[in-house]
Amino acid sequence: MVNATIDGRPISVEEGTTILQAANDIGIGIPHLCFLKEINEIAACRICVVEVEGTDRLIPSCNNAVLEGMVIHTNSPRVRQARRTNLRLILSQHDSNCTTCIRNGNCALQKLSGYLNIHYQPYKVNPERSHVDLDVPVVREASKCIKCMRCVQICDKIQTMKIWDVSGTGSRTTVDVSFNRQLRDTDCTYCGQCVTHCPTGALTARDDTNRVFHALADPEITTIVQVAPAVRVAWAEAFNLSPDYATTGRMVAALRQVGFDYIFDTNFAADLTIMEEGSEFLERFTHRNRYRWPMFTSCCPGWVRFLKSQFPAYTENLSTAKSPQQMFGAIAKSYFAEKKGIDPSKLFVVSIMPCTSKKAECELPTMKDAAGDPDVDVVLTTREFTRLLRSDHVVPFDLKEESFDSPLGSGSGAAVIFGATGGVMDAALRSAYYLVAGKNPNPDAFKAVRGDKAWKEANFTIPGAGEVKVAVVSGLGNTRKLMEAVDKGQVDYDFVEVMACPGGCAGGGGQPIHNEQEMAAERGELLWKLDANSKIRFSHENPDITVLYREYLGKPLWKKSHTLLHTDHSAWQVPSQKSHSEA
Amino acid sequence: MSRLDIKTPIQAQAVVDQLYQNVERRIAASPPGLCPIDMALNFLNLCHAQTCGKCVPCRIGLGQLSEMLQEVLDGEANMRILHRIQVTAQTIVDTADCAIGINAAQLVLMGLKSFQDDYEEHILHHRCLGSLKNPVPCVALCPAGVDIPGYIALVREGRYDDAVRLIRKDNPLPASCAYICEHPCEARCRRNMVDDPINIRALKRFAVDHTENVPQPECAKSTGKKIAVIGGGPGGLSAAYYLTLMGHKVTIYESRKQLGGMMRYGIPDYRLPREKLDEEIDSILTLGIQTRTGVEIGKDITFDELKRSYDCLYLSIGAHTDKKTGIPGEDSQGVVSAVELLRHIGDGEKPDFSGQNIVVIGGGNVAMDVTRSAIRLGARKVSCVYRRRQEDMTAQQDEVEGAIAEGAEVLTLEAPIRIEADQEGHVAALWTQPQIIGEVDAQGRPRPNTAEVPEKRIPADLVIVAIGQGIETHGFEQTGIKIQRRGTMLADSSTRVPDMEGVFAGGDCVTGPATVIRAIAAGKVAAANIDEYLGFHHEIKADVQVPAPKFYDLKPRGRVDTKERDAFERKSDFDCIECGLSLEETQQESSRCLRCDHFGYGIFKGGRVEKW
Repeated sequence: MVNATIDGRPISVEEGTTILQAANDIGIGIPHLCFLKEINEIAACRICVVEVEGTDRLIPSCNNAVLEGMVIHTNSPRVRQARRTNLRLILSQHDSNCTTCIRNGNCALQKLSGYLNIHYQPYKVNPERSHVDLDVPVVREASKCIKCMRCVQICDKIQTMKIWDVSGTGSRTTVDVSFNRQLRDTDCTYCGQCVTHCPTGALTARDDTNRVFHALADPEITTIVQVAPAVRVAWAEAFNLSPDYATTGRMVAALRQVGFDYIFDTNFAADLTIMEEGSEFLERFTHRNRYRWPMFTSCCPGWVRFLKSQFPAYTENLSTAKSPQQMFGAIAKSYFAEKKGIDPSKLFVVSIMPCTSKKAECELPTMKDAAGDPDVDVVLTTREFTRLLRSDHVVPFDLKEESFDSPLGSGSGAAVIFGATGGVMDAALRSAYYLVAGKNPNPDAFKAVRGDKAWKEANFTIPGAGEVKVAVVSGLGNTRKLMEAVDKGQVDYDFVEVMACPGGCAGGGGQPIHNEQEMAAERGELLWKLDANSKIRFSHENPDITVLYREYLGKPLWKKSHTLLHTDHSAWQVPSQKSHSEA
Repeated sequence: MSRLDIKTPIQAQAVVDQLYQNVERRIAASPPGLCPIDMALNFLNLCHAQTCGKCVPCRIGLGQLSEMLQEVLDGEANMRILHRIQVTAQTIVDTADCAIGINAAQLVLMGLKSFQDDYEEHILHHRCLGSLKNPVPCVALCPAGVDIPGYIALVREGRYDDAVRLIRKDNPLPASCAYICEHPCEARCRRNMVDDPINIRALKRFAVDHTENVPQPECAKSTGKKIAVIGGGPGGLSAAYYLTLMGHKVTIYESRKQLGGMMRYGIPDYRLPREKLDEEIDSILTLGIQTRTGVEIGKDITFDELKRSYDCLYLSIGAHTDKKTGIPGEDSQGVVSAVELLRHIGDGEKPDFSGQNIVVIGGGNVAMDVTRSAIRLGARKVSCVYRRRQEDMTAQQDEVEGAIAEGAEVLTLEAPIRIEADQEGHVAALWTQPQIIGEVDAQGRPRPNTAEVPEKRIPADLVIVAIGQGIETHGFEQTGIKIQRRGTMLADSSTRVPDMEGVFAGGDCVTGPATVIRAIAAGKVAAANIDEYLGFHHEIKADVQVPAPKFYDLKPRGRVDTKERDAFERKSDFDCIECGLSLEETQQESSRCLRCDHFGYGIFKGGRVEKW
């Protein structure tokens, strides 16, 4: 233990504890900006400086440990002056038009400037010029970047894609796409983790809300909205509703107020995915020699992009099942359109997703209806959903709960857990068991795949099929480790669930942003609770799914399912594949 | 009002003078990888501040050049601006009245040509090609990329064994380098900005002098692959060392009696004590490297035989042949090459030069080595003859000064023209033509020209030619290895020999005579690429935890320089000239390190390469 004093209060902390941490532990919150625990401790912003008696210069508290006998002052006149000056310097290169910024009201820089009483700016303000590309889902505005380097670190250390890097030298040092590339020419998975860890509005997900308002305003158009599982446990965070009050029913009511014609649930499509993917797994499992192993889930578009660029030889290991979002779009523009007698070209399908990569997924050439129109027209992130409600001055607190519309609005407990790491595997095993054994397992039989551990492994015996070796992984850095182990033959699995974002969709790149707080575990818990409280906990028991197969599809993996619900992952290319084939 | 005043510097001028010194230091500490246009722009601004303001091109033109460069850097320019910059700069060169304007504009013109790519990238893509690949200046400048801040921190804590282990991760010859490395690491030490660079080599020497038989790491599991290393100098030893650690079976073929290459047959004992070299080589050999000395390729065994018997070959034969001056009389008795003399000394066969007048031709480090060796071998007088000025010598200046202190005559601006022999055909004198220093050549060195002064006769009993070394390509001509015009072997930056499967080459035989640390670096690169070539991805790392940095203050403090033994005493023996630092000096010097591996960019990127 090390003894010191902070602002006159004696402390005793474990050796190696940073000054920032030690202060925080006794309720002294030292202002800081670039710091991100264990990921970005580079002391670049110099806001968190403190004065230590006996040292000539101020020292950053985020990456300096408390040493024996230190006398630390966090609010001395020198410290106050220095952090205000440094903040003003940062602001002198920041486009502070907060009024028109996506992060207005949820910006670490804005908040800090408010807290530190920065009300006038003595320096000449000269933000870096932005060259914005709106053709990709992740957008960078250089004029708002404070060069905290969090995006570089998240992409390097957590996702291991190394898309962002420091660019230029000297006074013009900035952040840009690595190797002087354009984002669209990289293997960026568009996971959006850089966006959710950006303290300002420099990195954002492209805002597509206006396209939704246009569709809503067009009397010729029938609008359909689907809501992904993980959205329902995060949508009201920005409105400060407690989880108990922020129910799915209230979310439906809010969407109704915005004016969508049909409000459906991606859970329906998740159940459908289980029917198809579960059947596909059994087909592969019972004809082992015809397929490459392991089989991988395909519902996460960030993961699909990752696999295609980083381990392209494994592309055929992906389940051919489309993701729930795309299955929903395909069913909406065929089955539902026919049922209602609506011309699919007059249908406008909006998805609300916890994800930025879904914006790219719906634009893939393989995700189109019979007429060549996209199955899903627009993807909004959870954050854009919040903006949609705010711009229509919907007050969720005042709303009465409502139900999803029929017939694409029902979902089982097995579907809602798609939003948490391990959920897809859990759901798939529940129905696979039923399909082979002819009876339901205990819905909690596959608990071993749950929980927020990054890489989970389990073996289950399905009567009639044998032992199934499964693994669940989230976060692309962890995924890379798993893939390397698979590739080297160090591990042997039959079925692997992968989610690009740490903690799965609950921690997705499209979810509400809480600076320095990881929300995936908390939101995931809520999803598992929703499952536990569901009346139906098996995808194959969703009555609307049964009707869909009876009336329209026949059976899983049959011809119609094949056309509408499955895809060829090799029919499109990621940029690195394109550049190879051009060369 | 007095008619004349004595010039006394005013306070402001004194501060400005200090500023100039700081600018010099600052530039010395520039890390590699900066944007050349940005640096050119800021240099141009400095030049502009020097203008007296009389003439239009300098007063206004330099400012306009600066504006245009700024526009380029801000991504606001189009390609036409390059022409405008060119015309403006040319006009300043053509019309400015003095060097202040002319020289500044010349630098801009040079930049337009030499960093055209950078200009285009900024104009067309608003991006910069510059980047800080390695932000720790000493590590960036060390050819082998040794973790210098890491071992300095270990030395500071008295963990000398760990320091040696950490160095060995990138350089298996820490002791040899501690004595003789030319320490390019010190050139851009950030401490330059404060006072002077850290005496890095002296700290390394303290570490190696205070350890004994630090055990070598365990080798990886045997791969069953066999590699022949041809040439047992620093490069060959390094390649053999890392390849053996990686689990490959290595045999070193050496044509001389002993291993060590130029460390033994080029560098005299008084710079690198033999027992240090022997200990270090023995330690490397404990890994289980096979050696076959006294084997000449092409004579005792052919290249093709080796190629057939091994999975890979690494050629590191160095540059051990002498170069001739080509002047008349060179074949007289008593004219020897430096290489030959040093080879004998290396094998312990020391000639007796008692009472002789010796003339050494050349101005490089080898010339100094033979000059100083000749003094130690009892020569009456040793004169080192060089055709340019002392500051143009390629030898390190402290070597030259050391030789002078030991009594050598350094005769500069004397071009050897012929060697005069006596009736027996033995050398009697060297005739030289005095030179006048002239225009600067393309490499930036002033050229010597014949001075209008008569020839000079320098009496000599022995003439030692030390004007450079060549590469022994005999035995390799028919192998398919491409020999370049300068006699070097062709290999790429990965040490691969083009169009030859499994053959790699590096060090002096590829680059021409260079330094020990560059040969070591080539050996390291070769080991990595041979391992990959053989289908492995072994990693070399050191299990040493580098101490966390402490706060430092930036109070300027003098650099602890290394002392040498008295010239009078040392000139009669081959014992080591250089004295090691004391513990007190070591602790003070190591505490000056600014820990660029942590402070600044190091904590973010490139601060430490844990393994390779």
